[in-house]
Amino acid sequence: MTIKTYVSCWLLLAAFLVPCAFGADFKVALVLDKGGRDDKSFNSAAVRGATKAKDELKGLSLKIVEATDDNAFESLLRSFAQRDFDLIISVGVSQADAVKKVSARFSNKHFVIVDAVVEAPNVQSLIFQEHEGSFLVGAIAGTMTKTGKIGFIGGMDIPLIRRFELGYGAGAKHVNPKAKLISNFVGVTSDAWNNPAKAKELAVSQYGQGADIVFAAAGASNSGLFDAAEEQKKFAIGVDSNQNWIKPGYILTSMLKRIDKAVFDACSDDLKGGFNGGVKRFGLADQGVDFSVDEHNETILPREVRARAEKLKAEIVSGKIKVPDYYQKKK
Amino acid sequence: MTFLRSRIFRSLQPLLAVLIGLVIGLLITRLAGENPWHVLKILINSAFGSRYDIGMTLFYATPLILTGLAVAIPFQAGLFNIGAEGQLTLGALAAAAVGCVFPDIPWPLAPVLAVLAAFFVGGFWGFIPGWLHAKRGSHEVINTIMLNFIAAGIASWVTLYVLKNPESQNPETKAVGAGYLIHHFQSFGDAPLSSAFVLAVVAAILVSVFLWRTVLGFQLRAVGQGESAARTAGIDSGKMKIIAMFLAGGLAGLVGVGEVLGNAGRFRLGFSPEYGFIGIAVALLGKNRPAGVVAAALLFGALHKGTSDLDLETENVTRDLSLILQALIILSVSAVGLWDWFNKGRPMVNGGRT
Amino acid sequence: MMTAQAAVSAVELRGISKFFNGVPANQEIDLQVRAGSIHAIIGENGAGKSTAMKILYGIHRPDAGEILIRGDKKIWSTPAQAISAGIGMVHQHFMLAGPYSALENILLGVEIANSSAPLLKRAFESLARPVDRKGAKARLDRLADQYGLRKIDWDLPIETLPVGVQQRVEILKLLYQEASILILDEPTAVLTPQETEELFSNLKKLTKDGKTILIITHKLKEVMSLADEVTVLRAGRVVGRRAVADTKVEELASLMVGRKVNLKIEPPSKPVPRDPVLEISDLHLSTAPGRARRVHPLEKISFSVRGGEVVGIAGVEGNGQSELLQVLLHPRDFSKRNSASVAHATGSVRCLGRVTLNERTRLRAEEIKLLGVGVIPEDRHREGLLLERSMEENFLLGHQKRSAFSSKGFILRKSLRESALRAIEVYDVRPRVIDLEVEALSGGNQQKLIIAREFECEPKLLIAAQPTRGVDVGAIEFIHRRILEAREKGAGVLLVSSELDEILALADRILVMYAGRIVAQFNRGEASEQVLGLSMGGAHA
Repeated sequence: MTIKTYVSCWLLLAAFLVPCAFGADFKVALVLDKGGRDDKSFNSAAVRGATKAKDELKGLSLKIVEATDDNAFESLLRSFAQRDFDLIISVGVSQADAVKKVSARFSNKHFVIVDAVVEAPNVQSLIFQEHEGSFLVGAIAGTMTKTGKIGFIGGMDIPLIRRFELGYGAGAKHVNPKAKLISNFVGVTSDAWNNPAKAKELAVSQYGQGADIVFAAAGASNSGLFDAAEEQKKFAIGVDSNQNWIKPGYILTSMLKRIDKAVFDACSDDLKGGFNGGVKRFGLADQGVDFSVDEHNETILPREVRARAEKLKAEIVSGKIKVPDYYQKKK
Repeated sequence: MTFLRSRIFRSLQPLLAVLIGLVIGLLITRLAGENPWHVLKILINSAFGSRYDIGMTLFYATPLILTGLAVAIPFQAGLFNIGAEGQLTLGALAAAAVGCVFPDIPWPLAPVLAVLAAFFVGGFWGFIPGWLHAKRGSHEVINTIMLNFIAAGIASWVTLYVLKNPESQNPETKAVGAGYLIHHFQSFGDAPLSSAFVLAVVAAILVSVFLWRTVLGFQLRAVGQGESAARTAGIDSGKMKIIAMFLAGGLAGLVGVGEVLGNAGRFRLGFSPEYGFIGIAVALLGKNRPAGVVAAALLFGALHKGTSDLDLETENVTRDLSLILQALIILSVSAVGLWDWFNKGRPMVNGGRT
Repeated sequence: MMTAQAAVSAVELRGISKFFNGVPANQEIDLQVRAGSIHAIIGENGAGKSTAMKILYGIHRPDAGEILIRGDKKIWSTPAQAISAGIGMVHQHFMLAGPYSALENILLGVEIANSSAPLLKRAFESLARPVDRKGAKARLDRLADQYGLRKIDWDLPIETLPVGVQQRVEILKLLYQEASILILDEPTAVLTPQETEELFSNLKKLTKDGKTILIITHKLKEVMSLADEVTVLRAGRVVGRRAVADTKVEELASLMVGRKVNLKIEPPSKPVPRDPVLEISDLHLSTAPGRARRVHPLEKISFSVRGGEVVGIAGVEGNGQSELLQVLLHPRDFSKRNSASVAHATGSVRCLGRVTLNERTRLRAEEIKLLGVGVIPEDRHREGLLLERSMEENFLLGHQKRSAFSSKGFILRKSLRESALRAIEVYDVRPRVIDLEVEALSGGNQQKLIIAREFECEPKLLIAAQPTRGVDVGAIEFIHRRILEAREKGAGVLLVSSELDEILALADRILVMYAGRIVAQFNRGEASEQVLGLSMGGAHA
């Protein structure tokens, strides 16, 4: 038996099996980063958006998978592209190379990548102005701190996270020029996004150094910060999703990064035939980034602080305040 | 019953163990609400269904062959190398460092240099616990575990502060020079299967020849089999252990060849989904013999690749099943090994006087 | 069904069979032991005597057959059940916990053994109930009195007591547990002749009080002097039962081996004096400072071995013989410069004209072997063989660098195979299956394989430690002849043995080692077993 017939036998078999699993017309695949769907952070946000699309848009089916290792991204993307999936959404910077490779190979398929830019006609890159949102929560922290010290915990020391940090610090200094920022990073491997124990350790240490409000942008590691805040009776700020509910009373607010919204929009646009390649930016203006207020933090976030943040938001949108962007600074 | 005790049976044990593990694993998918037969078909299809799939299976098997050998050789010398992870990390880092620092060296000198760098740096990382064990009597298990952490630390530092790729969000080094990239097999589609696979298989063959055909290999195995007897026969057991650990480290270091020169073109932090530790399972399943290691590595590679599509093709089975299957196989291998031990243990009790 | 015997046997085994891996260890063993008698079980290594006793003691379950104790059929799955039926066993390696006192060792055994309740319950019980030490001590002293055993200082840590005393503790433990049937496995292996004598008289006293004793041994002389009856096993079967009064050593030996055995070796010719092959002067060994593991010290050891003579080192085991051998073979390990060494050796050793050890030089073990030194190590399983490897690989061990077997670092498999095949033929190693794993060989054949290996390259110095330990009568004869042959050819032999018969038969000169020193020296024919025994016990120290 030649390889060809062997392979085609298997393909036949596969072709026979695949239709059992899926039946809808428009098929969306969501490939999550290694943090997994329960990170309560950006993977969760993507899942939320995609699930909402499945529920609300007619004729759309959804398959969600999580990658096991860096080499699995490409393999998964390829598996989806080979099958009859129409739109493949990749979440996270580490998938950039894989998306680049696979999208070139399957030019008839649509790809979306969150948090990174891949320049190809069939790839839509969803980029968020994290620095703007971070500026607002930084301003909130700067206003509310009693000790004059605030903390930041990043998942990994990469430009994306530096962007959060820079915006956050600038926001705090804008309202409180004497505010001091303590910064730490959880780790150096992708494990950093999923290491709450280490994040907790860092948070406890920052609180110990006098910080009374700590903002973390560390994916699933964030829960470590929230535990520490509860234990130390201090404040924390969540990230990506609205995390206020996780420890009500201790989470001052969350810097929202509306990946859910962006993912939903991408699905609905493509379903309607409105897919466009290129970069889509989400900032304060279109509520792609924001800070959260809900029943869990209403009582701890004073009205006047909220008002001030809203005012700053308007000033940023109008261009009156220029928020420093780590990406621009580097160039 | 005599069949269960025969030599043929003993050599078939790992196979039996794999079957048992697979069957139990598939039954678990049944509990998760899937048709096990269907799951098995997906597994096989995803691992071997196309040239690309086969390529990926072989690609995943490549580092496992090397780390399997890196556990098997010290085992033959009576040592337990848990440090393959650290050894491969530094080996890969060394290959990338050579490629970043001297990007202009032409092919074929460049890959040769990088391979040597990976081998010797990995080897050095194996040599340390070997030397400490031989000369200082400190336990290699503890030392290799500790050295894993140190290696991870060194790798982060070099990646983030010395050779950082300024263009990327990911923690990775700059790209190696173009002369370093090694041959990709075209017949496997886009699978990043490179000559590193051939290198790994050749390494397994060489290890086999070394262990069973050379004086040094004989001495090394003698130490593992009975250190006192080997010493009485005039064999320098410390030296053999150091050699074993050095070779192990070097082979683990060669994992970097496939990754850096054959796949990513650079060193990426955390590129290894714990190849070094899966290598322990591979060596165990392969009964610490090179041929067995190659077979076991292929199996684990196929499992790794196969389970990746399960997530995608079924509703209820996730990537965790891959881990469950691997664990079940290791468990059954150990259980069958225990059986072996029982059978062996008894007649020695019976043997009476010594 | 009762046999037509007048008295019921204390122990009876009927048709006991036991298989390991399909290999029979015991086949249809029948055994009857009269109450109040001493019954010896003899047989070659691997004849199945230990298996039979372990079945009786509940360690193994028989595959067929039945056990009767005082006429009652018993089936037990653990030793605890055997113990409560009044059976006790003293293992060859004593089951004592070193740092605990003699008393604690006895109580330990009783607490755990004397109940058939589940382990956890037993543990709770023993925790809840305070141990009556005084009462226990008094009872033990009474027992010792009753059976005429010498008193023991119950409060000393057991490891500080001499072996003979440890054995007495083991026996008293059984009496304390009210055992009436005592099994002793090779009880004299570690005893001096004097201690052996005391043990035997003690055992005889026990039988007078109605105890029944089963003794496993391979020393025929002991059977003759101690036992009332003897059962001979060969290859897992009973091949003979004799009343000791009606048999002779020669008959028992032939039964054991299955052929006629010549127990006496013709006295060797007078040694032809040649150049010394081993010269040791003023060798000292002391534990390195700060090391927790203590090494038996050696003091002022000086002697030499000439080519063509056998120098025997007699002594009870554990008086520094092992350490002496280690220093001779691995001088580097005992160097002050080696920070890993547990002990330091000083003095000087010359081997075949080369200095192997002095202040400056320490040869490597490999270099010493290459000088032409053959070694029959003390513990053949640990030091002599790779048990899980083939006979062929074991034959290569230690010769892997000789040009006959290797070239440019590669093993010459063909010539190795040829030599190995020839050697196992010449040295009569059975079975002649070169790929067989060595652990499948009997003790005697394992030892023959070592001898084949070590004698093949005609060593000029042969160091033979306990060369016939655990080896059957037929192989003993063979090994002794080979050692004398090597001597005839001009090799110097250093024979270390705790078997006095062996030393007396082979050695041209006898050195007695006690507490790390050479305490006496005799020429052939100068010393009787009595005199040697006294020196071994330290009488001349």
